[in-house]
Amino acid sequence: MPAISMKVNGQAVCGEVEGRTLLVEFLRDKLGLTGTHVGCDTSQCGACVVHVDGKAVKSCTALAIACADADVVTIEGLAKNGKLHPMQEAFREHHGLQCGFCTPGMIMAAVDMVKRLGKKLDEDTIRHELEGNICRCTGYHNIVAAVKAGAASM
Amino acid sequence: MENFNYVRPAKVADAVKAMKKAKDGKYLAGGHTLLPTLKQGLAAPTDIVDLSGLKNAGVKVGAKSVTIGAGTTHAEVAGSKDLRKAIPGLAKLAGGIGDPHVRHRGTIGGSLANNDPAADYPAAALGLGATIHTSDRKIPAEKYFTGMFSTALKGSEIVTAVEFPVPKKSGYAKFPNPASLYAMVGVFVAQLADGSVRVAVTGAGPGVFRAPELEAALAKNFSAKALDGIAVKAKGLNSDMHASAEYRAHLITVMAKRAVEAAK
Repeated sequence: MPAISMKVNGQAVCGEVEGRTLLVEFLRDKLGLTGTHVGCDTSQCGACVVHVDGKAVKSCTALAIACADADVVTIEGLAKNGKLHPMQEAFREHHGLQCGFCTPGMIMAAVDMVKRLGKKLDEDTIRHELEGNICRCTGYHNIVAAVKAGAASM
Repeated sequence: MENFNYVRPAKVADAVKAMKKAKDGKYLAGGHTLLPTLKQGLAAPTDIVDLSGLKNAGVKVGAKSVTIGAGTTHAEVAGSKDLRKAIPGLAKLAGGIGDPHVRHRGTIGGSLANNDPAADYPAAALGLGATIHTSDRKIPAEKYFTGMFSTALKGSEIVTAVEFPVPKKSGYAKFPNPASLYAMVGVFVAQLADGSVRVAVTGAGPGVFRAPELEAALAKNFSAKALDGIAVKAKGLNSDMHASAEYRAHLITVMAKRAVEAAK
């Protein structure tokens, strides 16, 4: 099996993978970073969103081996020194979740959104930008409020 | 998903060589069609030749044409300021493919090589009369799309770039399937530099096609009003759980009007 190395949440990691090993499998099964979820496994739901070289991607639809030498950030990499990232804090504050399964992907998508579009996000933009993240509990209302507040405080 | 050998060559010639050597090889671009297909067991190649190592992403805007490297992601196409000025319809189309995460990964070369009957890019390629550059030759869009998931590409041939003529005006409108975000009907309209008008339709039939009745009306008068009362025939269009052929035929005229209204 080929060995790959990459940077995950600022740390150099390596491991053996098969050609078919998905990035999300490498993160969860090899590195134990189970904050990244697998919802649909068909690149629809966005529970598996992580950042690869600064861009939000669906880690269920990327080969780990194709991400060799990349810089990957997962939900575990957002909080610093025991303090939640402003976007995580906003989801907590605005109760932007119910069961929480989609939350890691929502937050990674939201942080990417702010990086691309800035801190001032209106509701229409947020809803449109969340097209690739599905929540089956909340009806999105509080998620949108959380993203808006989180963006402003980033 | 069955396992496979994986290579990521840095040169087109090496990718072609790897494909020729493979027993049952597949090229991998952004992977947003191929990987789900492999997961479902609909394909089980022995070898994957990843084209991301070719590093041929980029949008080059010239006075008469725009050339986009095959590895350019949908997000990069949508985000190109020069392209938004030169061919706004194409930039808008790219910005409406899938969702933001899909657009960070999916590529124009991958989309055109796959030729999904509901994909967006084929409408722009045929609607603008693009030229597909490959590892071997240059193929005009007219000859490139040969039916459902089928193209003029042969064996180990690789799409390397796409060249679009800069039109006077272009616009794209689609009615997305709300679940998949693929086009139930997508219509690309272009008024080319020589004044001729082209209308290409995706999502509605077994593959992208031009709508001559709409082109004729828009050639006389490039306005949404010119399409009033012009019906596209439902015969041969797709009919499935999402929409009947008749509904898709209706949507073609509606989307064409919106594309003309949006054209600039």
